[in-house]
Formats: sequence, structure tokens, C-alpha cells
Amino acid sequence: MILETLSWVCLLLGAVLGIVGGIGMHRFPDFYTRLHAAGTTDTLCAALFLLGLGFQAGLSLAAVKLGLIFMFIFVTSPTASHSLANAAMHGGLQPKFIK
Amino acid sequence: MYAMAIIAILITVALALARALLGPTVYDRIAAVNMVGTKTVLLIAVLAFLTGRHDFLDIALVYALINFIGVVAVLKLVEQGNFYTAGESTEGEKKK
Repeated sequence: MILETLSWVCLLLGAVLGIVGGIGMHRFPDFYTRLHAAGTTDTLCAALFLLGLGFQAGLSLAAVKLGLIFMFIFVTSPTASHSLANAAMHGGLQPKFIK
Repeated sequence: MYAMAIIAILITVALALARALLGPTVYDRIAAVNMVGTKTVLLIAVLAFLTGRHDFLDIALVYALINFIGVVAVLKLVEQGNFYTAGESTEGEKKK
């Protein structure tokens, strides 16, 4: 029962965070602000979703697979965001509000 | 509960796809596609628990790997214009 409630809370928080990231991705005025919204929410959203599913799985092979997916996303999502910002800066894209 | 999570993920994917279609620069599009890829991994993971077939988690793991490598490859293609230059040294030779 407690695990069920924890799983609910994690999935709900992850869903809210994902939608917030999507709205930020859609409405922010500039590439770098959009990347900020997407990059910061993506990792925690994935972590919360996988943690909520892990509570449902219990101690099983599925939990191990969820842990592997979490570890991989935890490493690669900030790396992809960093390389995106690096490539945009290297390619000469200026932030909107800097003169 | 799983259906709620799937609907939230689909709303996020729709917003990111709108940005990928609208995006003024190519980097906006790549960021949006990266976000869609991450959300697709989560969608497959939730779908595995919704249908009770836990084998789908392997597909989610493979999709996470492909997503990261694909984003980095597309960034390299956009930055260099091709796939065969290795880095600074060959770029210097090209300018001669």
C-alpha cells in the first residue's frame, strides 16, 4: 500500500514535470532558454518515472532493467544538452538578450 | 494511473514536436527531437507495465542508446557538414 502510494506520487510528479518541460520548450523565446527548460526537466522527469515504475516492479529483473535505463539516461541526457549548447555556441548562435 | 502517465507523456511529445516544426534554428529542432527521444523511452517503459510485458524494457534500453548516439551524430553533421572529417587537424588541411 505504501509502495503503491509512493509509486503514484512519483509518476504524478514525473508527469507534471514533463508537461512543464514541454510548455517551456514550446513557449520560451530563445534557443538557450528552451534548452534550459528541456535539459533540466528531462533528467528528473525520467528519474521520477523510472523510480515510480521501480516501486511497481519490486525486486525483480524488471527493476534491474529500469535501473540500467536510469543510469544511462542520467549520464547521457546532460551530456546531450551540453553538446547541443556547445555546438550552438560554436556555430555562432547568440543568446537573444545579450547585446 | 499508467494511462494518465502515458497521456502526460504524449502531451509533452506533442509540445516538443510543435517546437521541432516551428523552431527557427536547426538547434531548436535537434533539442526538440532529443526531448521526444527521451520521452519515447519513458513511454515504452510505462507501456511495458501497462500491458504487463516486461520484455519491452529491453527495447526502451536500446532506444535510449540509439537516441544519444543519433543526437551526437546529427550535431556533428550540422557542425561540420560531413561525417568524414575527424577534427581540428583535418579542418586545417582543408583550408589550405
